[in-house]
Amino acid sequence: MAIAGADSLPIVTVTLFLVGMAWGWHTAEYMVRFGATSYFGGATAVAIARELGPALCGVVVAARVGSAFAAELGTMSVTEQVDALRALAVNPVHHLVVPRLIACVVMLPILTVIAIASGLVGAFALAVYHGISPGEYIASIQQWLTPHNLLGGVGKAFAFGFIISLVGCRQGLRTSGGAAGVGRATISAVVLSIVLIYAANLLLTATIFRY
Amino acid sequence: MTPATQLPIETEDLTYLIGGEAILDGLDLRVRRGEIFAVMGRSGTGKTTLLRLIMGLVPPSSGRIRVNSVDITDLQERDLDELRKDMGMVFQSAALFDSMTVGENVAFALVEHRRLAASELATRVGECLHMVDMAGTEDLMPAQLSGGMRKRVGVARALALEPHIMLYDEPTAGLDPISAAASDELIRRLRDNVGVTSVIVSHDVQSLRRVSDRAALLHRGRFLAVGPIEELEAGSDPAIVQFLSGVHAGPLTEGDPHNS
Repeated sequence: MAIAGADSLPIVTVTLFLVGMAWGWHTAEYMVRFGATSYFGGATAVAIARELGPALCGVVVAARVGSAFAAELGTMSVTEQVDALRALAVNPVHHLVVPRLIACVVMLPILTVIAIASGLVGAFALAVYHGISPGEYIASIQQWLTPHNLLGGVGKAFAFGFIISLVGCRQGLRTSGGAAGVGRATISAVVLSIVLIYAANLLLTATIFRY
Repeated sequence: MTPATQLPIETEDLTYLIGGEAILDGLDLRVRRGEIFAVMGRSGTGKTTLLRLIMGLVPPSSGRIRVNSVDITDLQERDLDELRKDMGMVFQSAALFDSMTVGENVAFALVEHRRLAASELATRVGECLHMVDMAGTEDLMPAQLSGGMRKRVGVARALALEPHIMLYDEPTAGLDPISAAASDELIRRLRDNVGVTSVIVSHDVQSLRRVSDRAALLHRGRFLAVGPIEELEAGSDPAIVQFLSGVHAGPLTEGDPHNS
């Protein structure tokens, strides 16, 4: 739980803060130019809560935690520790996969909420730089950051938690071929998780945010 | 007791293929209750695979395997687990859980399958470690142990649930001669005191002479001969004589690509 969650907090926070700033860099200037400053906060909130927050959070955790799961379980597989579990009449799925699955599906939504907040702070810095008043920014966010938008993003994160933990554990438990095999399992876990996250993200966007 | 339970481990026409090649080729194995049965053979002849098949870790390509008279060939993992609680396996590499201490390794199966008070648990772990001359090592990590010590902890872990069937993969490999003798004595003591049935896979002929009741020589997926090791030695089968006396040239190495 700590590895999946708390330890990922700095990288997730920094990622979304910087992405929030980059978003602000492009959008704030145009909104000021077109006199649409009262939309900046809302547009930011919608983009980050629905898309950037959960998706980037998922990718970061896939790289950080999914890879660790695959490497850990992969090493256990090639050193016969998984067989030793089975020989002691313990189901490797119950013992190794279930706790990691729970850690991911609990921690990813929490991380995503923090990531969204961090992204909004990053964009806020650019808003102020372009002369949008803090009051206007916050009021706009309050108007647009509806429970539907926020919960939709958090719901995506929940699904990504499943993907990251299950893919990481599966690739780990299927590992063979020594140290090189562990390397291959780790790479495939990250690549497969990220692709599945993008695909699931699109599917969930189309499902949750239907007009 | 029915006659069948006198054979805790039985295989019938057991075949295991890897990439189309028969590692085990129609093997018939019958291990009697309380017997210490040795499977000898050169490296890579499928000895370890045989143990993994008996433990149900891999399914056979064809043939049947019976453990305690239960046909495990088509058994679900959950039903296999019930049988495995009466079986212990000592892995060649020991396969200790490297994120846990020695004590936690030995306690693992007890924590999972028995409801014991903390004090009972500690006592049982201490007993198991004492049996393998590793008393007092509970708080060490596997990485701090030598290969031989790890192997002995592996034995202690396999003994924790007091199984009646023990499978040993190269129990004396990497052990000094004194520890090897102690390991042999432990295997015999478990049989004498608890009636444990053992299968030992090894090529340590000296150790097997001391410990085994019967031995079989595995070659090209089949047993060339089965019997008490002294009888095998007294026999005139050139393959067995070659293996037991450790000679390079002979029927066991015929046709090897690297053998000229």
